[in-house]
Amino acid sequence: MDLRDTPEEAAFRSTVRDWLATNVPDELRGYGFGVHTDDLTALRAWSASLHAAGYAGLTWPAEYGGAGATLAHQAIFLEEAALAEAPPHVGVIGLGMAGPTIITHGTPEQKARYLAPILSADEIWCQGFSEPDAGSDLAGVRASARREGDRFVVDGQKVWSSYAHVADHCILLTRSDPSSRRHEGLTYLILDMHAPGVEVRPLRQLTGDAEFNEIFLSGVEVPVASVLGEVGGGWQVAMTTLLHERGTLGIALVSRLELALRKLVSLARDRGATTLQRDAIAREWVELEGLRLTAYRSLSALARTGVPGPEGSILKLQWSEANQRVTALALDLLGPDALLAAGNAPYGGWWQQQQLRSRGNTIEAGTSEILRSIVAERVLGLPRSR
Amino acid sequence: MDASPTPEQEELRAQARAFLEATPEPTWGALAELGWTGVGVAEELGGAGLGFLEQAVLHEELGRALTPGPFYGTVAVSLPALPADDQAAVAAGEASWALALGPLVPDLDSVTNVAVAGGDGVYELVRFERELLATHDATRPLGVVVGGEAGRRLCSTEVLPEIRRRSLTALALEACGVGARALELAVSYVGEREQFGRPIGSYQAVAHPLATTFMELELARSLALGAAWAISVGDGRAGLLAAAAKAQAGEAAVAACERSIQAHGGIGFTWEHPLQRLIKRALWIRSWEASTSALRAEIATRLIDEGGW
Repeated sequence: MDLRDTPEEAAFRSTVRDWLATNVPDELRGYGFGVHTDDLTALRAWSASLHAAGYAGLTWPAEYGGAGATLAHQAIFLEEAALAEAPPHVGVIGLGMAGPTIITHGTPEQKARYLAPILSADEIWCQGFSEPDAGSDLAGVRASARREGDRFVVDGQKVWSSYAHVADHCILLTRSDPSSRRHEGLTYLILDMHAPGVEVRPLRQLTGDAEFNEIFLSGVEVPVASVLGEVGGGWQVAMTTLLHERGTLGIALVSRLELALRKLVSLARDRGATTLQRDAIAREWVELEGLRLTAYRSLSALARTGVPGPEGSILKLQWSEANQRVTALALDLLGPDALLAAGNAPYGGWWQQQQLRSRGNTIEAGTSEILRSIVAERVLGLPRSR
Repeated sequence: MDASPTPEQEELRAQARAFLEATPEPTWGALAELGWTGVGVAEELGGAGLGFLEQAVLHEELGRALTPGPFYGTVAVSLPALPADDQAAVAAGEASWALALGPLVPDLDSVTNVAVAGGDGVYELVRFERELLATHDATRPLGVVVGGEAGRRLCSTEVLPEIRRRSLTALALEACGVGARALELAVSYVGEREQFGRPIGSYQAVAHPLATTFMELELARSLALGAAWAISVGDGRAGLLAAAAKAQAGEAAVAACERSIQAHGGIGFTWEHPLQRLIKRALWIRSWEASTSALRAEIATRLIDEGGW
């Protein structure tokens, strides 16, 4: 056990830090964590510069245009990018979910067609998994894919899809066998978001922003060549996607929490804090350091065994609740100024916005209830609850 | 960066667990024979010459087994203050120590020697009487010394910050062991106990608090191992991490015992059940050295007033 960077890792960290200091555009620094259509041009340009510098797809194999770097390098990049308040690459779904799934299950033609434009941000991806009646229970997917010759005809509705309003492609989970139930008879498709019959409507969330979308699919034709994996084998492919969703996610979340907590400490310095507020700040710092060290342990185990442990679920759950407490604590420190929004508010209303946004943290990417059941059943080995 | 234990550390843990399961109340001499009392003592003094990360494994396993005896007080707390000959005596199993940093002294029923800090030095206490006090945790008795005077000077008080870091970290590691054992008992019980025709662990109202317990203990364990690593390499953040580890682990261990008692129902509330011993040690750890809120106050001062991170 040695928690220090190796000399080689330290050199990489220093290079990344210097690069971020000079290359994050001022208008995007401190940008926050959502995507807004009006910033898309700037975000694409930023993503292209990440790619040009070799920081897009760090852990992707070199043969697919990645850097073939270690998980430790990926973690270092995520830590430094968060502290520099740099926005993420606009292709987060492509880089973290679609790309790794295509690398694992894709045909040579699919790899040649789709991977490079993910890295360069020339094409943006979204995810079509959740449906109005299939949220936590993903095996309840009903969007139908009906085989007609060399194509599938897709009808159905997807929901909570980030980036769908700007995406070129969608990783789409469909039911190709109408008589099948649950995990059988699902097929994983690569959907062209510009195809006829695809309609995207923004979902305005309680913050007022619209980060997510509904996708309506009516009679959309998808060539059989766009099946990822086997027809009827969609569940296994979807599990690959979800595994990657939680891969180095822990480090990214911890780094974001560190940024929030650093801002909270300066807020306490600027405005003063009561004894109870100071106690709560210290508690969150303890939690942050615990999460960071747990993320490091998780990363080391993953690097050693190649199999992600349950820590991904643990980190996401604990982070989401910590983030809610940290933002609530900031509002407590702000007193009545917590009621103000945007330009009227201290720090441009960042804390008020973050507190509202944090309500989604315990729902998106696995609700806290589902994650606790995962820990109870798969880690502790308790009897199944259903 | 590598946050994994070495194969040797994993082997030491397996050996320690097997030994303590077979020998619940080992003598000090038996621990010396295993090389544990001298785990961090230099080889030329008869010790094993291992680092604090190996010592950390022993603190966690001894906590898990609720092993009575002066290992914590001697090895984690007193040893850094002892001259070479006294360290050799500890490694040989001939001596055990308590360092009195306040009126309450741990393991006063069993230690051969007592040290006391005063002025700018740490001294051996001589010509004193021992008075044991009534406490709840029978595995770690407390007492007071009556009378006594400073004998040999052992070292300068400059060692005390290092002792505090080691003490807090050892307590955190013990707490992780105690909490993990309490959780195991709960998991095993709710998987077997049936009510309304189902194992009660299949009810989410029972299962989810145990999942929460697991996560709190994982964070505690990460912090305790992180603090142990920082001590082992002399990292400047060791003191802050030790305080964080003890704060988190003390709370997590008590909560683990509380939730385990609740999951067991009435049987967990009986004198015969091992949980009564586990929660008493967890409570002992949470209150010893510095309470959780005192530790958090220190952390807040460092973060907010001193600009430390």
